[in-house]
Amino acid sequence: MAEATQTADTTSPTKIMAAGYSRTVGRVAKYTLIRTVALLATVVVGIYLTILVANMGGHVDEIRRGQIRERVAIGVSMNPDMRQLPTAERTKMINEMVRVEEQRLGLDQPFIIRSFRFLTDALTLNLGRAQHISSDSGSRTVRLIILERLSPTLLLMATSNLLLFGLSVFFALYLSRKYGSLMDRLVIALSPLSSAPAWFYGIFLLLLFAAVLGWLPFGGMVKAPPPASRVEYGVSVLRHLTLPVLAWLISGIFSGVYGWRTFFLIFSSEDYVEMAKAKGLSSREIERSYILRPTLPNIITSFALLLIGLWQGAIILETVFNWPGLGRLLYSAIQLYDTPVIVGSTVLYAYLLALTVFLLDFIYALVDPRVRVGS
Amino acid sequence: MKSLLRSLQQIRKYPSAIIGIVIITAMVLLALYTIATIPYSEAIRLWRGGEDVWGENPRLAGPAWYNLFLRQKQPTTLVLNSRDGAATKTVATSPTSSDAQDITLLFTFDYAYDGFPQELIVFLEAEYEQRPPHASLFWRTPDDREIRLGEFPVRRSETYRLALDSRLTRRLRSDRPEVALFADPDADSPTPLKGTYELEVHVHTFEADTDVEAKWVAYGQLHGLAGTDHRRRDLMVALMWGTPIALSFGLLAALGTTLTTMFIAAVGVWFGGWVDAIIQRITEVNMILPILPILIMVGTFYPQGRSIWVILGAVIALSIFGGAIKTFRAIFLQVKEAPYIEAARAYGASNSRIITLYLIPRILPVMIPSLVSGVPVYVFLEASLALLGLGDPVLPTWGKLIDNARAQGALHNGQYYWVLQPAVLLMVVGLAFAMVGFSLDRILNPRLRGL
Repeated sequence: MAEATQTADTTSPTKIMAAGYSRTVGRVAKYTLIRTVALLATVVVGIYLTILVANMGGHVDEIRRGQIRERVAIGVSMNPDMRQLPTAERTKMINEMVRVEEQRLGLDQPFIIRSFRFLTDALTLNLGRAQHISSDSGSRTVRLIILERLSPTLLLMATSNLLLFGLSVFFALYLSRKYGSLMDRLVIALSPLSSAPAWFYGIFLLLLFAAVLGWLPFGGMVKAPPPASRVEYGVSVLRHLTLPVLAWLISGIFSGVYGWRTFFLIFSSEDYVEMAKAKGLSSREIERSYILRPTLPNIITSFALLLIGLWQGAIILETVFNWPGLGRLLYSAIQLYDTPVIVGSTVLYAYLLALTVFLLDFIYALVDPRVRVGS
Repeated sequence: MKSLLRSLQQIRKYPSAIIGIVIITAMVLLALYTIATIPYSEAIRLWRGGEDVWGENPRLAGPAWYNLFLRQKQPTTLVLNSRDGAATKTVATSPTSSDAQDITLLFTFDYAYDGFPQELIVFLEAEYEQRPPHASLFWRTPDDREIRLGEFPVRRSETYRLALDSRLTRRLRSDRPEVALFADPDADSPTPLKGTYELEVHVHTFEADTDVEAKWVAYGQLHGLAGTDHRRRDLMVALMWGTPIALSFGLLAALGTTLTTMFIAAVGVWFGGWVDAIIQRITEVNMILPILPILIMVGTFYPQGRSIWVILGAVIALSIFGGAIKTFRAIFLQVKEAPYIEAARAYGASNSRIITLYLIPRILPVMIPSLVSGVPVYVFLEASLALLGLGDPVLPTWGKLIDNARAQGALHNGQYYWVLQPAVLLMVVGLAFAMVGFSLDRILNPRLRGL
């Protein structure tokens, strides 16, 4: 990292360089510390707010207390031994059982105290056990549930986003060369199409390819029952993957290409590019060293933001295509008031976001000599 | 300000912006027309209504304009009500008793479609003291066959569903009387016999002053301009009411979020120091909070929070410290150093005067395009929430139509109109705003103008 922070004028004598070097290290260390503390504080506040909302400020506890009382009362009335007891004694018994159950679940403590315990648990990635949702293998551990849903989400989101990113940049470079051509104007004209979200195109695609033509499946990740052979399994997953990925691409590609194309064009009208052209460099050379190089920080930022997006999954796209990923997990957790799962996914997301933001600062400095860390 | 207006006039050179503005104007007019013809409370009553409101509509019928493209013309709903004089009524005194009467209601209608109706129902209503009158129904086809339908006593209000009369289905040797009654007996595959049909409702009354009215409904395969859903509701109500809701939600949310974000960014930049620092930190926290899941939580956990206006408030509240602050802040930082701001400070302008009159106007060229382009985002956000089952519980919206259609498996069952109509409307509105916003961006941001 420290190397990256050296300024462009490295021609100065070695002594000065060494002094500058140690100053740089100090500055980077201080900056790293401040950034870490600030980001951690952000994560803590963000997660605490999520805990408050996900518990409805303690209201979920009331719901759970009600559920416990109902369950205990039903249990007692179904039990022939207890049904014989006089009413007063039975009520006492029910109250006692409810108290024990609430204590077991930690509901006897006030919500504020518990909310801070939730916070420390969440921050230490001690995600606990889900209340209603279980993983496909039957586990109630939030970590296992999230891990299980992670790979489908990564498969879907990574395929779609990497394709989208690669295609956007590639076509943008191509169009910035063919600036003003029919193709170029077509992309500009079509770019408002990106105002609709992916699920929206998903519905159209489902209508066309699944309902009318019947070529591709309506949803899910693999056909049921899953094929035994590896190859068939892969083909089945691929068939299920096509439509959601296509929906994602349609919704993103036009504005993506337009954005990058405009961006590249702005950079290719710089003086040094004109200079390079005058020198007679090949267009490939110009593209690589004079256009892509200075735009690298921006490309990296948007790539990093894209990576953050990967983790969260696309709640609605996954719902429309019945894709068993994190987005749908989060949605069903909210529907079932399953606080640990909600908080668990948010924690994961918050950490990844913070980490990415943190790394970005340094990567910037690595690729862009004009940026100095901590200055 | 004048230069802003002058550059806005360049919009004439952008055909896509003109198309967008035309569409938006048309949509606004449609929205105004909807609010004028179907008031808010009426829309809710209609959309929540059951058989009492929609009893005369077929279930899951496609739009009537399908017939323009179909070679085999499908029937639309036929409603004949004796109250409206659609039946010839004859009353004869019975030979057996002086009180008793024989009332005959004769419904005559032409049937010229190539498809069969969806369902056949006769609704009867009788006014009597103690003994209910007795009805027997007869069916006469164009080729002069007479088929006996059901026989039953008519209590105050009686609904006779032909498909549920097991004696009739046995007599017709078909589970679908609506097919058997209209079918040509000589044809190999069921084809309807075109011509004039008659339904005779013969009622024998036992008391003087007994009166009987009947309504004959042959439910069509197609209905109205937009078709109907699984609860017989006319989709036109939802499509029309979706317009003001989508427009107002999109515009209010875009306006609310852009204005608050801009104001906060201006305040932060102007005062600087700890105010700016706090705003920056809150923005960072806000970026970690996932917006859509929080909206889902608001919708799920707080049932009264389902109303579209509460969601609107939550959307605005969550984006007050949205990512746009960073963009606005960067511009404000430049503007703040401009000499005219310094001049304003020198003559003693107050903070609020500088912020509202000198800082904010300078950002309008950036703000206006982002505001207009922001509208589709929120129009689709409403639809997205509805798709997750978090739509407004009482109001019909486009998103809710898509959600209903998906939940009822409309795509599997081939009821494409149910999904396509709201989706196309969403698309049209979204595209219109996006096209205008896009052109505005190119006009007002000089860096993009030549590109």
